[in-house]
Amino acid sequence: MDKYLVENESQIKEALDWALAGGKSLSLAGNSTKESLGRPIQADAELNLSSLSGIELYEPAELVMQAKAGTRLSDIEAVLKQSGQKLAFQPPDYGPLLGGQEGQGTIGGIFSANLSGSERIKAGAARDHLLGVKGFSGRGEAFQTGSRVMKNVTGYDLCKLVCGSYGTIALCTDLTFKVLPKGEKARTILIFGLAEKKAVEVMRNGLSSRHEVSAAAYLPGKIAAETDIDHVSRAQSSVTALRVEGPGPSAEYRCATLRKEFDAEGPQDELHGHNSEKFWKFTSDVRPFLGQGTIWKVSIPPASSPAYIDKVKQACPGIEYYFDWGGGLVWLKVPEEMENGGETFVRNFPDGGHATLIRGNILLRNTISPFQPQDPVMTLLMEKVRAGFDPKGIFNPGRMYAMSGDV
Amino acid sequence: MVKMPKPDEEVLAKRDYLIRKLRELVDNPDSVIAEKAGLRAFECDGLSAYRQLPMVAVLPETKEEIAEILKFCKSEKVNVVPRGAGTSLSGGALPLADGVLLGLGKFSRILEVDYDNRCAVVQPGVTNLAITDAVKQDGFYYAPDPSSQIACTIGGNIAENSGGVHCLKYGLTTNNVLGVEMVTMDGDIIRLGGKHLDADGYDLMGVVTGSEGLLGVITEVTVRLLKSPECVSAQLIGFPSSEEAGECVGRIIGAGIIPAGMEMMDRYAIHAAEEFCHAGYPLDVEALLIVELDGPEVEIAHNNELIAQIAGECGATVIKQSQSDEERMTFWAGRKAAFPAVGRISPDYMCMDGTIPRSQLPRVLARMNELSKHYGLRVANVFHAGDGNLHPLILFDANIPGELEKCEQFGADILKLCVEVGGVLTGEHGVGIEKRDLMTEMFSEEDLKQQQRLKCAFDPDGRLNPGKVFPILHRCAELGKMHVHNGELPFPDLPRF
Ligand SMILES: Cc1cc2nc3c(=O)[nH]c(=O)nc-3n(C[C@H](O)[C@H](O)[C@H](O)COP(=O)(O)OP(=O)(O)OC[C@H]3O[C@@H](n4cnc5c(N)ncnc54)[C@H](O)[C@@H]3O)c2cc1C
Repeated sequence: MDKYLVENESQIKEALDWALAGGKSLSLAGNSTKESLGRPIQADAELNLSSLSGIELYEPAELVMQAKAGTRLSDIEAVLKQSGQKLAFQPPDYGPLLGGQEGQGTIGGIFSANLSGSERIKAGAARDHLLGVKGFSGRGEAFQTGSRVMKNVTGYDLCKLVCGSYGTIALCTDLTFKVLPKGEKARTILIFGLAEKKAVEVMRNGLSSRHEVSAAAYLPGKIAAETDIDHVSRAQSSVTALRVEGPGPSAEYRCATLRKEFDAEGPQDELHGHNSEKFWKFTSDVRPFLGQGTIWKVSIPPASSPAYIDKVKQACPGIEYYFDWGGGLVWLKVPEEMENGGETFVRNFPDGGHATLIRGNILLRNTISPFQPQDPVMTLLMEKVRAGFDPKGIFNPGRMYAMSGDV
Repeated sequence: MVKMPKPDEEVLAKRDYLIRKLRELVDNPDSVIAEKAGLRAFECDGLSAYRQLPMVAVLPETKEEIAEILKFCKSEKVNVVPRGAGTSLSGGALPLADGVLLGLGKFSRILEVDYDNRCAVVQPGVTNLAITDAVKQDGFYYAPDPSSQIACTIGGNIAENSGGVHCLKYGLTTNNVLGVEMVTMDGDIIRLGGKHLDADGYDLMGVVTGSEGLLGVITEVTVRLLKSPECVSAQLIGFPSSEEAGECVGRIIGAGIIPAGMEMMDRYAIHAAEEFCHAGYPLDVEALLIVELDGPEVEIAHNNELIAQIAGECGATVIKQSQSDEERMTFWAGRKAAFPAVGRISPDYMCMDGTIPRSQLPRVLARMNELSKHYGLRVANVFHAGDGNLHPLILFDANIPGELEKCEQFGADILKLCVEVGGVLTGEHGVGIEKRDLMTEMFSEEDLKQQQRLKCAFDPDGRLNPGKVFPILHRCAELGKMHVHNGELPFPDLPRF
């Protein structure tokens, strides 16, 4: 497959016209860190957008930044840090998880996949922070949607559609997004030795408290032992973690109050500053699951996670797992040899939800649907939506779901 | 005045037949209203300069009825206008002379409060405030709080992606909804989202939110519940100029504080509000900020101190800290009553709703003053300062011939100005009919076509709420056509690697 490194919009336009005229298709890539995510695609050429990079606008007092799609997240985060700001949805870095390097992901990639880290539970997902998009439709026409202001209901919110569409709706060249102040101080409360059910209850109580808990995760003992944070690994038991933040006195107050509330639940500890940050990077980037094994990201109503995991454990004793988002996100590592990646039990939700295959070999990704299968009505509707933007299927054909006409 | 599409004579000719059939489709024959007197109730929404009786109104009781009604209307080529409480300020719920007005008022039940998953499942006709009322005894609330919250429905909120004074910190409707159930024009009942997070497949819930009733009829909503904050406090800060107030807003946010709410009023609005409800506003300032903080007391004290310092540096002449919850409510009473207060001093007013990059505030206000002189109409400004959402209230008298048109012209000029400085036509009230013909100020032909292609996927015949949002309705067949350019170049000047 030929790869083309495009450097400006007129080259993109040329490439799209070429594809349209010749019935060709294109795979769209930034730094290709998430190439193995989704259905394997057969495109005639790769359009590489990593050279479209640079921050075009940053106004800290207006909480807004605009950058070209190929701008590295690590560059963006470094600039934001200088003004005490951050991307509040905590974009995860799946690079190492998917067998690549750290720090390679692009802003276009993170929004195209709508990926968010542990802090999503309070701050919202990537999609909640995307304000505007400039790009091309699969008709080869340049268009824009949204704007640079925080509050905008002018026309349909197509940003939401583009976000999480894995490059099957539009080719994005520029993205405008909301940024937020980094809490001055963060504290992570650790409670040791809880079983799943109790842990989910504790996380629920934390998240339903007045303390604006910004992240809540549960690591079984085996996973906790793998962190390189002494306070966590040396406990040799499960860890339930809750994060609070704010100006110094506030973070301390929230932390102390919550700790008192959870006094009876088990032994506690707390993480500050660097260690706290390290912990939530570990959970957000799915660091426990580096190496081998099939990985699923399961989004379910938080209260259903204990029952869900019980069933999964019965079906697959070798399973490894942990909870994020207060139980609303279950990360599963299924042994590689499991038939169909364990899809049958993974997608058996007691109270609704969906599962995405995040890491799976190419055979598996060709056999089962990496994205949650849809009923016929939704399949048709989504395909109509997609085809409206890209009728000839020139962008990442079939990356999410089969296109009409495909098998 | 904005023109509505010409009514379809064929549809009008079979009105009696349609009414008879609609009565067969619903369980309760009283759900179909065909008499003029009964239809009056739906004649307009919050944009009351526009009035139109619907051909017929139907108030269904179940989603299955809605599915049948929509299927029937599709097959009979009849347009449908969904309606919640009719508080839209952009004419989104304005009926059509040849259309069915579909009122969701009977869908008024809270179906489930689920604290374990921190959410509530409600029917679309439930009012915004009723959700909070149902959970407040347990210390919870639903965050988006439009000023119309006693009346407006959650279905309408979804359709308009409504905001409120607290959306700076807590987000708009779109950020607080977990799931919707919706009936499409084909009569399919679909579910988008649920009690879990993130979309599976495309984020259709994201595009349905804010789609102004053009994509489907919402029949159930799952919203996120939050715990009420421990303490809340507000400050009134007065400035000799709006520039200084604007500067203060930017510096507060720049200092890393996201207040729960941050509102600004100009001199005219301050005086109107003070006269109306004696909120204790200083009258010798040009701009007034209300800054509300919530959280634990230590945090509020810490941030209040910082804000007072910033305000002082920005030239504030008055800083007043609420000493009790009662006093805080009084501060807000003035702001919340700004619309009726202005309504008292002028026979009519029109509320505009543009958003601008905040740094452009001085330029926009100065230009607005010039326009005010030019049109000879006064304007009062209330402003969601934190997120740059302006609500200029233009004062006019509809009984003076030509004044409504003049007011609309003035309003259009303000909105064009918002776009010119990098902002948008509407921050929370929606396009509806009011800003429909201004869409081309903000979007190119191609931008608008992309949006309409989304519409084509849901409602290719354009039966749902036609005449709203889009200035020109292209036929879907026409929108579907591909124009392929020559494009035979095998990338002559692209680097390969
Ligand atoms: C005094 C006043 C203050 C206001 N303050 C604010 C404010 O602070 N912030 C703000 O954002 N807005 C505000 N508004 C505007 C208005 O209240 C909101 O837009 C509100 O969401 C409309 O809700 P509704 O139930 O009245 O909807 P309606 O006016 O009945 O309908 C609005 C739109 O939604 C569609 N719709 C309604 N229900 C459904 C459904 N079930 N399915 C599909 N489509 C549907 C209609 O077709 C229409 O296009 C204010 C209005 C007034 C009169």
